[in-house]
Amino acid sequence: MARIEIRKLRKDFGDFTAVRSSTFTVEDGEFFMLLGPSGCGKTTTLRMMAGLELPTSGEIYIDGEEVSGRPASQRDIAFVFQMFALYPHMNVRRNIAYPLVSQGMARADVRRKVQEVARILDIEDILDRPVGGLSGGDRQRVALGRAIVREPKAFFMDEPLGALDAEFRERMAGELRALHDRMGATTVYVTHDQLEAMQMGDRIVVMNHGVVEQFGAPQDIYDWPATMFVADFIGSPAMNFLHFDGAVARGACRIGLAGIHVEVPALLEGGKGRLALGVRPEHVHLDDSAPYRGEVLAVEYLGTTQIVTIETANGALKARLSSAQPVRTGETVGLAFDARTLTVFDAASGRALLSQANREVLAGG
Amino acid sequence: MSFSVTEPSGRQKLFAGFLVAFYALVTIMPLAWIIATGFKSPADAIAYPPKVVFEPTLEGYVNLFTTRTRASDEALQERGAPETWYQRIVRDKGMMIVGPSRYGERFMNSVIIGFGSTFLTVFLGTIAAYAFSRFKVPLKDDLLFFILSTRMMPPIAVAIPIFLMYRQLGLNDTHLGMILLYTAVNLSLSVWLLKGFIDEIPVEYEEAALIDGYTRFQAFCKVVLPQAATGIASTAIFCLIFAWNEYAFAVLLTSGTAQTAPPFIPTIIGVGGQDWPAVAAGATLFLVPVMVFTILLRKHLLRGITFGAVRK
Repeated sequence: MARIEIRKLRKDFGDFTAVRSSTFTVEDGEFFMLLGPSGCGKTTTLRMMAGLELPTSGEIYIDGEEVSGRPASQRDIAFVFQMFALYPHMNVRRNIAYPLVSQGMARADVRRKVQEVARILDIEDILDRPVGGLSGGDRQRVALGRAIVREPKAFFMDEPLGALDAEFRERMAGELRALHDRMGATTVYVTHDQLEAMQMGDRIVVMNHGVVEQFGAPQDIYDWPATMFVADFIGSPAMNFLHFDGAVARGACRIGLAGIHVEVPALLEGGKGRLALGVRPEHVHLDDSAPYRGEVLAVEYLGTTQIVTIETANGALKARLSSAQPVRTGETVGLAFDARTLTVFDAASGRALLSQANREVLAGG
Repeated sequence: MSFSVTEPSGRQKLFAGFLVAFYALVTIMPLAWIIATGFKSPADAIAYPPKVVFEPTLEGYVNLFTTRTRASDEALQERGAPETWYQRIVRDKGMMIVGPSRYGERFMNSVIIGFGSTFLTVFLGTIAAYAFSRFKVPLKDDLLFFILSTRMMPPIAVAIPIFLMYRQLGLNDTHLGMILLYTAVNLSLSVWLLKGFIDEIPVEYEEAALIDGYTRFQAFCKVVLPQAATGIASTAIFCLIFAWNEYAFAVLLTSGTAQTAPPFIPTIIGVGGQDWPAVAAGATLFLVPVMVFTILLRKHLLRGITFGAVRK
């Protein structure tokens, strides 16, 4: 098992920069998520870590060894592809055995290892089938089998659930996480699905346009996003931004929204110009006595909760409320925010202003 | 009355069937005529009006494989009774066999040159196509166009320069010369066809093999080649058919040692001119290897081995 360190990794494809300068560390035994929209450079980063792509500059350390110039075959890692990439001309058993055969392992040992892996993944009954006729879930298990059979230093997975049907996806996500907990292997997992990342990851790196926007534990990232991009990308519905112009001073505990004071965590840096107040939908409450008001535009019923869209002086905002709360379209309501959970952003740069509340999280990232 | 938009009516089916049968007849007719002529006697072969019903004989085949000479009755008597069926056929015509003909050699030349150039073309074509498909090759598009441009004029247009070049290099009438020539002509087709097939193979397979601890060459041999088998087989068939049937260069560049069957067959002379049954017999036998080769590789052409392994 291994600790993986990425330092100032960069990749250019001609004039296009896929990864600008990534720096992060994957701790030993961690389930690590690389999260971002398509084209953000997350897959390129993973491919460089695996040795399928040579970095333009920067360093990759696996267990303290610099490996960025080494071929994939010498890095002792396993890769699970989105398309599975099972060898079509071999049956399940030979697919799983293939990495062992390359090491020149004795036949009897190969057989025993394959059997063992098949038992872990519960695919013993399909070992002698061709891979062509397998269901998506079984193919995924075979691909995992091929990865774990060699007991590599680390697992790299490129959207391994992306090609599965929705019903399988949830089940496989659970299986993957259980498998990881059982083996304790360092895993780097690429996904564009923020729910998947939150659900499975120990830590998450959020990337956009080839830049690491933030990295940390799922809850830290959710609660204290470092940028407006992260705030917007993580969470469904996304974080609301109430835009306002003005200035906030260092040490301020409140901001002015359309002339009404709203309490925020004490700011550790000031800002001026175009600013935005970030508030998660679940931190918006209806309060008739609140001075900040808005008009209900739409109500979406989701069972236990409802998403209410409210038009305010600073733009539309969505609130996640209990379904028990009666809300009618067209009525004007008072809005209260949970002061401890708010983040103020500099809308021009997209960066979160440092405050008493997010200080610890942002200092680390 | 109901009718279907997609299902053809009875009359349409009948018409289509008639059309297919007619086309088959037109294409098979010359072939059938050649095969039939091979079993005719020289007189039946040139009879007018042409004979559709005739008494079959193996005389054409015997003449194809033997050299004969006319002999006097006494000389024939001296030799005693004919020992084999083919000696009897020749004896009935008042001739005797003095040795084998050159057809066997010429046929072997065709086999060596045809299969040799096919192997070389497919071998080089696969490697080149893999490189064009997977690697960053400088001026890739220009190179591919250049390779294709070698086929933009009929090969025979360069016959004279090649003839002079070959004479200088001592490649005239050699197996190697013909193999190299057919390889050069076929290579562009081979590279383009195979590049298409290899492009279709997802690169993830090789990447998986690279990560599984194999070198690129091992990945190429064990993962790419088995999946490209379909493409390699069909390319090989195309190349073999060209090299096997090629006539113009063979006439120009070969006359003895390396002469292939196509220029040889029309020169088979019998008593009193062209021996048409022997020519037809030679042509019939000449068809067999390509047919066998195609039938052997047919399953590769039809089987989609990558089916279902990648989710598209």
